[in-house]
This record gives sequence, C-alpha cells and structure tokens, in this order.
Amino acid sequence: MSAILAVANGGAGAWVNAIVQGVLLGGLYALLATGLSLSFGVMRFVNLAHGDVAVLSAFMAFSTARTFHVNPLYALLLVIPGGFLVGLLVQRYVFDRLIGGDPSLQIVATFGLSIVIQNALWKKYTADTRGLKIGKVATRSIRLNNSVAIGWLPLITFLCGVGVLAGLALFLKRTRLGRAFRATSDDPAAAQLMGIDNRRIYGIATAIAMATVALAGVLIGSKSSFDPFLGPANLIFAFEAVVIGGLGSLWGTLAGGIALGVAQSVGLKLDAGWGELAGHIVFLAVLAFRPTGMFGKLDNR
Amino acid sequence: MSLLTLENLDARYGQFQALFGINLEVAEGETVSIIGANGAGKSTLLRTICGVLSPAAGSLSFEGVSLGASSSHARLAKGISMVPEGRRMFPSLTVDENLEVGAYSRRKGYWTKAKIYEAFPLLAPLAQRSAAKLSGGEQQAVAIGRALMSNPKLLLLDEVSLGLAPVVVKQVYAAIPIIREQGTTLLVVEQDINQALAVADRFYCLLEGRTSLSGVAADANRDQITEAYFGLASHGKKH
Repeated sequence: MSAILAVANGGAGAWVNAIVQGVLLGGLYALLATGLSLSFGVMRFVNLAHGDVAVLSAFMAFSTARTFHVNPLYALLLVIPGGFLVGLLVQRYVFDRLIGGDPSLQIVATFGLSIVIQNALWKKYTADTRGLKIGKVATRSIRLNNSVAIGWLPLITFLCGVGVLAGLALFLKRTRLGRAFRATSDDPAAAQLMGIDNRRIYGIATAIAMATVALAGVLIGSKSSFDPFLGPANLIFAFEAVVIGGLGSLWGTLAGGIALGVAQSVGLKLDAGWGELAGHIVFLAVLAFRPTGMFGKLDNR
Repeated sequence: MSLLTLENLDARYGQFQALFGINLEVAEGETVSIIGANGAGKSTLLRTICGVLSPAAGSLSFEGVSLGASSSHARLAKGISMVPEGRRMFPSLTVDENLEVGAYSRRKGYWTKAKIYEAFPLLAPLAQRSAAKLSGGEQQAVAIGRALMSNPKLLLLDEVSLGLAPVVVKQVYAAIPIIREQGTTLLVVEQDINQALAVADRFYCLLEGRTSLSGVAADANRDQITEAYFGLASHGKKH
C-alpha cells in the first residue's frame, strides 16, 4: 500500500521531504503553543485570545514595514518587547481577576478579548488578506538532495521554537525566578508563604506568553497570508500541540508541535485536503488513548 | 521587647467567627506554645499572623509596627515565616530546590542550605530526591528547613507533629534548640500538650476561639490545663 502511494507521489524521497517539512512546521506550532503551555502550567489559565495576539502582532509588523519602509522582520524589535509589556499589563488589570475563580469566567472573558481583537483588526485593516514581504529569506533554501530541500524561513522558525523552549526550560530549571514559577505552579498559597508574590509571577508568565506568541505571529505572517480572523485557527493548532505533548510539560509542547506538524505535512502529501484533518485525527487519537499526552504528568492536585 | 502583639483580635471565615478578642504577646527570643483542642482556633491564629487570613477586628503588630492587611509574602519579607499545617511540599521540586525556594526572599542570616542539612541530618542524603517521594517526617523536616531559609525573626510552626510517629516527632523537635540558639522567636501550635509545654517558655490555651488560660510552661497546672483545654466545669457554655 505504502509502496503504491510512494510511487504515486514521487518516491520515498518525497515522503522524507514531507516528514522534514512537518518537523520544521512543528517548530512553529511549538512556538505558537509555548505561551499557552506556560500559562496553563503556572496558573491553570487558558487565554482564548492567544491566537489573536499572534495575528495582532503580524499586523503590527505589516504596519511597521509600510510606515518605515523596512523589512517587516525589524518589527520583531518592537512586537516582542511590546508583547511582554502588554502581557504584564493585561495580567495585572484583567487576567488576575479571573484566576482561581470559576473557569467559565476565564473562557467568557478571554473569548470576549478574542472577539475584540478580531473586530478591531477588521475595522483598521479590513478583511483583506495580507502578507509580510520579508525578501530573500522567504524563498531561499538549502537543497539536501533531489527531493529534500530546507527553506531558510522554516529552518529559522524551527530554531526559534527550539531556542525559545530550551531557554524557557533552562530558566525554569536553573534560576531563582524559575524555581518560584514551579513552586507557584505546585502550590500558590505555599509559595506565598515563601515570600513569592504570585501576582508578579503571573504577570511575568503572561508577559513571556505574549512575547513568544508575538514572535510566532510575525513568523506565521512571513510564511503565509493572514487576515484578522486567523486567530482561532492558530489557537487550535497551539492547543493541539499542548495537548498532544502533555499539559504542563514544555518539552512535551515541542514534541506535540512536531507531531502535529508531521501529521499535517504527511496528511497533505496523501491528499491535498487531508493536511489539517490528519493533525486533528492525531489530536483526537491522543485524547482517546493517552489523555495525559506524550510527556504529560498526572496532575498532583 | 515585644516582637509580636495581638490586641482584641477577631477572625472569621465568612459568617463563622473563629477567634474572639485574642490578646497575645510574644517577646523576642521567646518560644510560645498555643494549645487547644481541634477547632479551638489555633491554626486560624497562625494564619492570621502570617497574613493568609485578614483579621476581622483588632490589631496585629510586629516589632511595634502594625501589619494591617499586608499579604503573606510581604510579611515574610519582614521576618515572619510559617511552616504550614500539612507541610505543603512543592512536589515537582527536589528537596534542594524546596530549600532554595525558601530562600527566595534573600534574607541573610545563619541559615543556609548547608546549615539546614546540618540541623536535619536525615535530609542530607535526600537532597536530589523529589519532595513528593519523602516520608511524612522527611517532608516535615523539609518544611521547617524551607521556612528557616528565609532567616525569620518569628517562626510559626503549625501542628508539626500531626500524623508522625513519636520517634519521628522527636527527630523533628530535636532541631528546635538549634533554631532557638539563633535568637529566633517561635510560636508553636500543638495538639499534644506535653510536647507543647516541653518546648515552650510560655503557653496560651485556646477554647472555642477565646484564650482560656495562659502562663509559664514550667509552672503549668495539669488540672487547670485540662479544664481550659476541654472547657469543662467553669467554662460551661456550649454553642
């Protein structure tokens, strides 16, 4: 069966290529999911506007490029610190009120935020599809052999995802503040008794979440076109990466992102309509057969 | 000099009033025990002092300064550290990391990780073990060590012997003299009257949210304590 398919689709090399492209795409999904994974891990909080923040950041890059006539990638200098700052403020003045309370309030409030962002973008930019013109980086690639070529942009994106997750894992493992994150995740009340101000921890967690998703947004906008209503699709991919990898595990999120990327890429190779569907099927299979995900720890609370 | 002063302190959980007009004073360097039956308000008292619970009325001052409604992390920065009931380990952290989290406030003093392992020799071989995989006694030692890592002026111990075998209780309490030697003031909540009186200079006995007896631990009269503890005879009123 697979041999027939392989022949029909251009040989084994083409399949290797599909897997390689899937892995690279997985880096993007992992980057998109990092903030979601961190927020859930540290404060059991799910921001449904997470995907919309990515789109917002892509539009910021679009405007930066248009206003200053520069490569949109320069906007990263603006949107990453900007995302961090906005994260601190949004956590302080909005999300803090939602933590620890009825989870349905989180859903309603962040879903509302999602709609606000979508409609504000629609009002300012219309529903037109846009793209970020980042120049040669988008088109150049490294050819490994006849059937496998690695694009610069997917490679850079993948490295960004791995780098951000590795940096974050190192931060959590090795630093004083990182240990405070983990202690707060385990038991926020006991962490307070250790002198840890959990509002500060939550603020920094959301700041990191927004900064990383801002980076992801610009990379998504560089890879393909976007419009104001792309946020929920981003959110679903990020969710799937987090759940496949296992809730609360950062390395799991990388593995989950890669599993999702490979599933989509291989699915797409099977049939042009199967890409996203294959990803959803893998996600459902994980939920059905291994609900804690690939690296999920059982919740100890 | 009085380190901690409570005046006419009330505490409530919603409609339920747990403490009524508590007056209590703890001098610097002293060890004071709070005894009382289940539900007498002992833990509530400690929770109010460390800032987990805000007092409903009355005043609470530390080193002569009112604590107001400050949060528990702010109180830790002032030198009030609490060993909570149930030990409350950070299970995803190792023993070493639990101790490091205890030092989050960066208050300097006698206590360092090395000193903790010295005072609790049973912990030394467990440094890299997950705190979730410890026995009750080991967890209690970590909980006390973790609280000491902030080099507190006042250490609050809530039911440290609860659920531990007597021999383990002994091991845990063996560290108390070392803690006192550093000039640390202790406020100890215990259900075990003997343990509470043995460790303390003075004691307070709580009954249904009120102070029913207080005095010097060495002079304590057992009959009076039994009466104050259970509220028999003179304390006839029941709710």
